[in-house]
Amino acid sequence: MAGIIGYGAYIPRNRIKVEEIAKVWGADAPSYKKGLMLEEKSVPSPDQDTITMSVEAARSALKRAGIDPREIGAVYVGSESHPYAVKPSGTVLAEALGATPECHTADLEFACKAGSEGMFIALNLVRSGAVKYGLAVGADTSQGAPGDALEYSTAAGAAAFLFGKDDLVAEAVETYAFMTDTPDFWRREYMYYPRHGGRFTGDPAYFKHTTGAAVGIMAKAKLKPADFAYVVFHQPNGKFPLRAGEILGFARKQIEPGWLVNRLGNTYSGSSPLGLTATLDIAKPDDLVLMVSYGSGAGSDAFIWRVTGRIDKVRNLAPRTRDLLDGNKVYLDYGVYAKFRRKIRKAE
Amino acid sequence: MRDVAVIGVGMTKWGELWEKSLRTIFTETALLALDDAGVDTIDSMVVGCMSSGLFVGQEHLGSLLSDYLGKNPAPAARVESACSSGGLALRQGFIEVASGLSDVVLVGGVEKMTDVTGCEATYALGTAADQEYEGYHGLTFPALYAMMAVAHMHKYGTTREQLAQVAVKNHLNGSKNPLAQFPFKVSMEAVLSSVLVADPLRILDCSPITDGAAALVLCSLETARKRKKPFVRIVGSGQASDTIALSSRKDFCWIESTQIAAQKALSMAGRKVEDIQLFEVHDCFTIAEIMITEALGLVKKGRGGKAVEDGLTAIGGKFPVNPSGGLKAKGHPVGATGVAQAIEVVKQLRGEAGERQVKGAKRGLTQNMGGTGGSSVVHIFEAD
Amino acid sequence: MPTPSRYWREIPQRYRYEAGRCKACGFICFPPRLVCPRCGAREFETTKLAGTGTVLTYTIIRVAPEGFEDQVPYAVGIAELEDGVKLTAQIVDCDFASLKIGLKVRLEFRKLSEDGEAGIIHYGYKFVPA
Repeated sequence: MAGIIGYGAYIPRNRIKVEEIAKVWGADAPSYKKGLMLEEKSVPSPDQDTITMSVEAARSALKRAGIDPREIGAVYVGSESHPYAVKPSGTVLAEALGATPECHTADLEFACKAGSEGMFIALNLVRSGAVKYGLAVGADTSQGAPGDALEYSTAAGAAAFLFGKDDLVAEAVETYAFMTDTPDFWRREYMYYPRHGGRFTGDPAYFKHTTGAAVGIMAKAKLKPADFAYVVFHQPNGKFPLRAGEILGFARKQIEPGWLVNRLGNTYSGSSPLGLTATLDIAKPDDLVLMVSYGSGAGSDAFIWRVTGRIDKVRNLAPRTRDLLDGNKVYLDYGVYAKFRRKIRKAE
Repeated sequence: MRDVAVIGVGMTKWGELWEKSLRTIFTETALLALDDAGVDTIDSMVVGCMSSGLFVGQEHLGSLLSDYLGKNPAPAARVESACSSGGLALRQGFIEVASGLSDVVLVGGVEKMTDVTGCEATYALGTAADQEYEGYHGLTFPALYAMMAVAHMHKYGTTREQLAQVAVKNHLNGSKNPLAQFPFKVSMEAVLSSVLVADPLRILDCSPITDGAAALVLCSLETARKRKKPFVRIVGSGQASDTIALSSRKDFCWIESTQIAAQKALSMAGRKVEDIQLFEVHDCFTIAEIMITEALGLVKKGRGGKAVEDGLTAIGGKFPVNPSGGLKAKGHPVGATGVAQAIEVVKQLRGEAGERQVKGAKRGLTQNMGGTGGSSVVHIFEAD
Repeated sequence: MPTPSRYWREIPQRYRYEAGRCKACGFICFPPRLVCPRCGAREFETTKLAGTGTVLTYTIIRVAPEGFEDQVPYAVGIAELEDGVKLTAQIVDCDFASLKIGLKVRLEFRKLSEDGEAGIIHYGYKFVPA
């Protein structure tokens, strides 16, 4: 029996509102807010990146797990905004935690599901007995092209999960992966901004894989939507996860605790992982939680977790996701946002 | 130890000397000192320079400058202790003559700071701090002194106006110094409204970026007497070190290395600080002058702000500080400053300070400091 | 800008806050040293810094050194940690109006600077309000 022994979240405190972005590009803010079900998104400060957020989220996970970091045998960072194209984020994270040198690491990318990918791998290494503890982090500070629809939602955040076999906070009941080659959203090497296929990102991409994975894992585990206390979907905007839930037969109240996007934005590799940390923050012992990620390209990783009695002992040992989301916010104007996100062309 | 005399001084106008290279600035200045001393042959030379490597990519200054001055094969050394490099050069020259190893030593200081951008200069100056644990975090010198100011204001109630008064006084003095970089007065309002550099310090609280050199000639008392021309004696020399990082200091508002160096120099001279009539000190920032007056024992701890406010440190005051205009108005070509301080004292003791003359000056003290007080060098001069 | 080796050598301090505790008198050196500045002894054991402390002094930098120009204005300060170690670092995620002597802070992992667009990235610690 393996599962989550510690979890942690990190969200930068800067925010920018939809109105502020719309104003600059002459777009109709109310229709964006309604269409995306989005009010504002998080923005990383210039001194925050995928690595810094991963370290802080992982430190919180360690606090909840209470283990010796030297016993962590594998560290995976999944992101589409790794600070280096070549030189892992994972090595910095492992050094910062004190997990080196006896530790395996790899940096992962698969659009927004790079984080859950790491979870899939780390969990299964623990299950197989290859490592005692495994750490997976989903973190991103992705870029949206100026004036593009994605600029309203691309946000920053990180979630970390430590896996082990003892003192579980949530047992892994089942895992599943559903993947095809579907070019709905991509970024070529050396290009600064990603591109996407517009409405093609909906039914043939997000919905096909999200529902495919959900249906597949529930069949494998012989469970139905009503068996779950909560479900967490990848959140590229406010609407998609709610619609996925509807299609599959979940109720709104099952989705809401993990539905952060309306005030967070899409944290890409951190999206469904942060939905999971927010859900664990309020879940009760014996609750079943379904998590389905989605990464363009395309694929979904699905997990079924059963929360244990230990959740009550550890949830307050580190910051709660919604406290990070709603507390201590600083609102930026578009100029400062553009400066922070390096969208202003500077002298060579 | 033998007695040591200063028999010649040389200094040219300081400022942004676009047309002159480091070697030219130094050589011109050194020639003035040698001519003033009436000597042609030297036994050795010591030059203070903080960072010719970072500013103009030139090390091995001893060889370069003795070559250009035409003094080869005389031994030549470049010494460095950040902003107290000039005072350190003076001390090394003093030691060479006092020990009997040399009879005539040329002491100089030089810095050429305008061949790099302002940002690069700030970085170079920042190398006087702890690179890995202060510089790495984006600290600058104005920031370090600003933190000392914040602590001093919090602990002793020193005011923004008292800091500004240091700049006002030094510019008043500097307006009477034809060699100063900024020979003009500034008002309290101008200082208080100048742009912030590191709160609470504003641009007019900070000494400038300057090109310049200063030189003097030391010799034994015996040789000085033979010339039958007025000279000044160095009667005390002291140096002390403190932590490189400000955070390691016992007290952020107290410059212990200056206190110790001054005590050593006074002890060597057999004097108390009350016996000294003028002081050339290291006002790299206005707050520095205030803390230095306390460390020298001119006022009680924490009373430095009140002293400048009450005019005690003006030229006609109880203890004139920086009659030359200080680093603030005269300029601060880093390696040259410590030597220029000595030149001002020598001129004052020779009665040649013109409008800046401190009446009845018989003894003067120079205090040169590196970094945030990681090194201090103090010398005491007496008219013969 | 630190070279790769200069940067890498300080990783235990910058990432994990590893310090040296003097075996003779208990003084904690950060970064670790060979000679205790308090008692002169030469034997140390590795320890980690306390993660929280109190600001002793601070300022706001408005004219930056090379590599920090885009961060202006930024606050820096010296804080005394709960184990007595005094540390210099930037203070971030704090309105300038809230800066004061006595502010409670903790250490957070942040990016300090980078060697241009193509050079290595320099990570380390900064203070955030606790």
